[in-house]
Order: sequence, then structure tokens, then C-alpha cells
Amino acid sequence: MEDRHRMHNFRSNTLPAIVMVGPVTLFMVLLVAVPLIYVAVMSFCSIDDNYNVVFQFTWKNYVRLANADYMKIYGQSLLIALITTVLSLLIGYPFAYIISRSDSRWKKLLYMLVIIPFWTNSLIRIYGWRTFLGSNGWLNTALQALHIVKEPVEFLFQRGTTVLGMVYCLIPFMILPLYTAIEKVDGSLLEASSDLGARRIITFFRIVIPLTASGIFSGCLMVFIPCLGYFFVSEILGGGNSDVIGNLIERQFQSGNNWPLGAALSIILIVVTLVLVKLFQKAGGNMEDLGM
Amino acid sequence: MRMKRRKRTVLTRIRDVLFCAIIYLFLFLPISVIVVNSMNATTSKPYLAWKGFTLAWYVRLFDNTELLGSFRNTMIIAVVSTLLSTIIGTMGAVGMYKYKFKGKSIIDGLLYIPVVIPEIVLGISLLTIFSKVNIPRGMLTLILAHVTFSIPFVIFNVRARLAGYDNSIDEASMDLGANRIQTFFHVTLPVLAPGIAGGALLAFTLSIDDIIISYFVNGQVKTYPLRVMESIKSGVAPDVNALSTLILIATIVFVVLTQSGILNKNKKR
Repeated sequence: MEDRHRMHNFRSNTLPAIVMVGPVTLFMVLLVAVPLIYVAVMSFCSIDDNYNVVFQFTWKNYVRLANADYMKIYGQSLLIALITTVLSLLIGYPFAYIISRSDSRWKKLLYMLVIIPFWTNSLIRIYGWRTFLGSNGWLNTALQALHIVKEPVEFLFQRGTTVLGMVYCLIPFMILPLYTAIEKVDGSLLEASSDLGARRIITFFRIVIPLTASGIFSGCLMVFIPCLGYFFVSEILGGGNSDVIGNLIERQFQSGNNWPLGAALSIILIVVTLVLVKLFQKAGGNMEDLGM
Repeated sequence: MRMKRRKRTVLTRIRDVLFCAIIYLFLFLPISVIVVNSMNATTSKPYLAWKGFTLAWYVRLFDNTELLGSFRNTMIIAVVSTLLSTIIGTMGAVGMYKYKFKGKSIIDGLLYIPVVIPEIVLGISLLTIFSKVNIPRGMLTLILAHVTFSIPFVIFNVRARLAGYDNSIDEASMDLGANRIQTFFHVTLPVLAPGIAGGALLAFTLSIDDIIISYFVNGQVKTYPLRVMESIKSGVAPDVNALSTLILIATIVFVVLTQSGILNKNKKR
């Protein structure tokens, strides 16, 4: 009798569970876990004369990572990511604050206006910046017409242009979690604070910022990490002058054709990601916030 | 005193409006460049100098089979991967909510990887595994890759709806004689619908805009972003701008029609 009961339970719960969770498990295991493990393995492999990966253990790839030229690019990449994150936060926070506190008639429109640009392909928008900033682009034409400058100014192919492109591409990942976090702040707390005599600036720093900390953390994480990998932004706007780690990886998997070295470079990004996610969790960040 | 305060609120308002206006200008500036250039009569590379107004590029666009083909690929991949990831993600979210099983926390942890890890790492890891098991790169690998990075976003959206889900309504449904499948489709699904729609929308957006992951797993198949990437090297011809403008108009119409509804539902959760 008990057996039959258990049997019934098995049939009634195991089969549906497998049907429901099976496909997602397959995808996550076969196309996320296994490939990443394979990359880790590959980072210890060698290549033969025809650039084929051979499974012969070596530390060589990791030794090459310590190359001085590479070190410079890691530093540059981290710096670009840091500046991008700080700028996105400094611009994104007040912006998210203003739109989330705006009149409800306007709010929807203002929110939509943030999303719409990001439905146009990001490459073409980056190219739009290049067109705008180029030596015969709108900005230079305008500056010359106004006799502010005589010769076209070279705005492109500098680290600053790459940062501009990164901020442009990634700022919605800052604005949207901040918007959600600020929306949740109970307005009566702000009133209470001001009734008790706090100045607005004090209320902002003592009440609003701490209450929205989780949004700030997840926004910063979602800007900083991708920034290390967005090779196309630095390629189009930075012209090779402002490579990020992503450019190094891309080269090894395309023209350089040294996959094990590219794999070792990817391990750097994986480690940076793991460290930052751990910090994020330590700081009390909620992983679910990252799904937007 | 009161005058002073009112003056200050007016000033802060002006400051806020100005600040937002500058940000919107920043967001829309490169897009306006594209729209204007799509109507540029220039015919010589790099297609940047303004040579007067024309709509000729919009006509020529329809002769550019390569460009249109890449757009068709993007749409096929987006529709198929959105459908698959929405179905798989929804089932997964419900399954993980309802059943306890070994290794659940592992799957849960794996779900965060595509969300946080730099896309390039996911791209090269898929490339290496596809090449290891000899899956020819093309439509299939593109769709598999897009489904992979979309699933977590669907799951998180559906999960947000499940958080407030009352299991007893399922039991009620079964007590009243419905079987599991009927209960799923008639009871569970309607409750989750807004989360599913939000997840599907996100999956679709991520798919049509994806460059980095597609760049590594595409083989010979060109998606629209990859086609754009190629043409950037030689200067983007105005017909690419024209297509982008048409897509922009279509999305604005779509956003205006749907977004208000989706936003409302999301807020209730």
C-alpha cells in the first residue's frame, strides 16, 4: 500500500517536474556550464603550427597574460569601465530621480523616451556618433560655421570618445534599475524627514540614497562588467587607441587565431565578474534585480 | 519667506527640465544623425557630406537583397528564439517554483551567468563548444545561442509574477476535476501572462540587438547588426540608414501601442 502510494507520488511529481524543468536544465548545462568549463580547460591547452588546439597541458597562456602590453590594456580597460560607471551613475541617478518623481501624466512618456533609442541597433547608433563627431561631421561643421575653430577638431579615436560610446550604450542598464528602486521609495518618508527639519539635500543623502542602494549596486554592476567586453565600441569610436579586454579576446578568436590564449584572457573577465558579483552580494545586493 | 521658497521650487523645476532635456538630446542625437543621413542625396563614399534631400535610398533599399536578407535572418532568429525561450523559460520558472528536486540551486545559479557575464565570454564559449562537437555554425547555432541568453530574462520576469502566486487556486482547479495540463493552461498561465509578455518582449529586444554573441557563432549567416558592422568599415551607405529609420518608426509605433499597457501591469506586481 505504502509502495503504491509512493509510486503514485513519483509518477505525479517526477514526470511533470522533468517535463517542466528539463529543457531549461539542458540549455543551462549544455550551453552555459559545459562551454565555460571547456573554455577553462582550453586556457591550459597549446596550439600546433596550424593553430589547431592540442590538448597538451601548459601554463604558457597564463604566462603570456602577464605581458606588459596586455597589462597596460587591462589597466586601461578597468579605467574606462570605472569612468563609464561613475559617469553613468552621476547622470543616471538624477535623471531616474526626476522622471520617477515627475507628474504621472508625463512619467510614462518620459520612461518610453528612455527605452526607444535602445530599440535601434546599438551599432548603428554608435556609428551615428561617429558621423556626428567626425572631421566633416555635424559638430565640426557647426563649430567651423560659427568660427569657433578654423580646422576640424579630431574628436574621434580617443579614449574619451570610447567612454562616451560606452556611457551611451550602457546607461539604460543604470537608469532602469535606479528608476525601479526610486519608484519604491515611500514618499511619506521624505515628508517625515522634511517635517522633522531636514534640508532636502540631507534627506536625499540620508534617506533616498540608502533606500535605493540596491538599485545603485545593480546598476553599477550591469554597467561596469559589460564595459570590459564591448569591443565594438572601442573599435568604432576609439580606433584601436582605447582597447578594452574584449578587443584582446576578439582578436585571438578571429585574426590572431590563438584560441587557448583567448580562453585564458576570458578567464580574467570571468574572475573579475565573480569577484564583483561576490562584492555585490556582500553589499546586500539582490541577484534578482539584475534581470531588469 | 514663502516667496523665497516658491522661487526656489520654480528654479529647481527649470533646472530639472533642462537637465532631462540635455539627457534626451544625448540619447536621441545619434539617431537623428541616422534619420537625416538616410535622406542624404550623396552617392560617394563615405556618404557623409550633405548633398541635398532625397528619398531615393528608401527605394533602393528594396533592391539591396543582401541587406534585406540579413534583416530577414534577424527577424527569423528573433521570432524563433523568443518563442522557444519564452516557452522553455515559463515552464522552467513554474517547474522550479512548484517542485523540489536535487540540483535546483545549481540550475538557479547557472541562470545568473548569462545575465552577468560579459557577452563576449558567452560568445567565445559557445563558439568553442560548437566547434568541438562539430555543429556547423549558422542559423541553428545563432538560434541556440539566442535562446540561451534569453531564457534567464524570461524566467526572472515570470518569477516576479509567481512571487505572489497562490498555489491553492491550482488545488481548487484540480479538486474541481481539471487535470494538470488543463490547470496549467486555464489557471496558472493567465495569472502569469504579464510576466511572460514582459519576458518575451525583453527576449525579442535582446535578440534583434545582439552583436557580440552572434558575431562569434554566425558562420556565414549575416544578421542585420552583423551586416551593419561589416558596412561600417567601408562607410555606412544611406540605405542602411534608411532601413534603420524604418525599423525605428516601426518600433516607436509598436512601443506607443503596447508599452503603456505593459508598464501598467508591471507596476501591479
